[in-house]
Amino acid sequence: MTNGPLLPPFDEENAPFWEAARRGELRLQRCSETGRLIFPPRQRSPWAPHTQPVWSALSGRGTIWSFVVVHPPLLPYYAERSPYNVILVALEEDVRVRLIGNLVASEAGDIGEVEPDGIEIGARVRVVFQPVGAEIRLPRWILA
Amino acid sequence: MKDAAAIVGIAETPFARTLEASEKSLAVQAILAALDDAGIEPAEVDGFASYTLESTDEVEIAKNLGVGDATFFAQVGYGGGAGPGCVGLLAMAIATGRCRVGVAWRSRKRGSGGRPWAGAAPQVTASASWTRPWGLLRPVDEIAMLTRRYLYEVGATRDHLANVALAVRKMANRNPRALMHDEPLTREQYMSARWISEPLCLYDNCLETDGALACVVVSAERARDCRQAPAYLHAVAQGLPRQSHAMVNYWCDDPLRGPSWVCAEQLYRDSDIRPEDIRVAQIYDAFTPLVLFSLEGYGFCGRGEGAAFSEGGALEVGGRLPINTSGGGLSEAYVHGFNLINEGVRQLRGTSSNPVAGADTCLVTGGDGVPTSALILRS
Repeated sequence: MTNGPLLPPFDEENAPFWEAARRGELRLQRCSETGRLIFPPRQRSPWAPHTQPVWSALSGRGTIWSFVVVHPPLLPYYAERSPYNVILVALEEDVRVRLIGNLVASEAGDIGEVEPDGIEIGARVRVVFQPVGAEIRLPRWILA
Repeated sequence: MKDAAAIVGIAETPFARTLEASEKSLAVQAILAALDDAGIEPAEVDGFASYTLESTDEVEIAKNLGVGDATFFAQVGYGGGAGPGCVGLLAMAIATGRCRVGVAWRSRKRGSGGRPWAGAAPQVTASASWTRPWGLLRPVDEIAMLTRRYLYEVGATRDHLANVALAVRKMANRNPRALMHDEPLTREQYMSARWISEPLCLYDNCLETDGALACVVVSAERARDCRQAPAYLHAVAQGLPRQSHAMVNYWCDDPLRGPSWVCAEQLYRDSDIRPEDIRVAQIYDAFTPLVLFSLEGYGFCGRGEGAAFSEGGALEVGGRLPINTSGGGLSEAYVHGFNLINEGVRQLRGTSSNPVAGADTCLVTGGDGVPTSALILRS
């Protein structure tokens, strides 16, 4: 039984993302040949497999592509916060790149605070970074 | 490979929320019964195909059943995407001479086993590390995300999801093997059910089941001498679309064009049977929206038209395309879709609890949410 949040283990592919997030910056990989954004991070660009992706900073803006409102049964950490939303954000730089996150009411707001009826597909959002555990700042989103 | 092999034996254990027997014991029981159904001795088995999630390996099956020298054994991954793919492996192995009598099976104690999200922490590796930290924990959450977008894009409502749940429940109400045989479901019950992951409620979710199923595959030539009428494997295909992810398929260009589309393209490429020729289908239904996505992917209607297709009782007996005539994963048993394979065979034999008049073909699909597979049976 686990009582805390599920946190990502760092690996060679995702470490630059989480290091940037700790500095309050949203960074993703780009294809060094086509410039196209790549997500999730990986070893090679799928559009130019002989090249390695490069990391670049993003605006941290996007729109809600879809969302769910999660109810139990859930792991204890999440059950305590339920019902809460999870959103999928299409990024301003490329709407085909979508990040999972939560919509929060304020920079330090909790994931269960936003009224589900107020969440709309297409709503404009911007990223905030919230500390979860000692080493992680999770990108979450507030209405822009 | 077209029609080169056939399913000649099918069987299952009883289904229940909790069975005493182990997964191994259930697997052996189902395989033995399927061989009996075919009229083939266990010693003749020389090929095995199973899900990578299967807990009992070929060695255990073989040593229990007195199987002879086996010459083909392989597995297919991705849970609910695997079923038709396992049967397809056997068909290929038989068509190419690698084995002569193949068995495929799935044994699972999901009903009495622990829920992965309620007990030990699930692994947060690979694609899960981009979803689970934010609380997108369970398969239902992952599919609900696609469902919300689907309803928004095509202008559909929960009534369309209910069309699937109710149609499949009616099938189960006439099938004595089904866990939900004695449990009718009304639209009012559906609409007032508790949420699991909005927009999906309790009745959009498959059952939690203990049970096992198996089938036996031989060459078309051998099939003519078996105890049962053969269900020929007319076409079999798999699909893993470019840049897709299993379950969390959010990072391809068009997440609503799921693995079914690629699988269907390959399936019909090899098939003389077209969607318009198919009068009954067994469509993987771990969650109701997967049926709507699959109706589109397998060509019964266009992109975005699956919800409208489900209207007017289309998915029920007497409708345009009766589906999941045993009750499927939603209302008969959820054993990673293997019951859909056996029910497809029953339709061709005319032994279904919900027989579809003139059913001489049946489509059987794996799950749309994962790298998947499908097959077309014909009598």
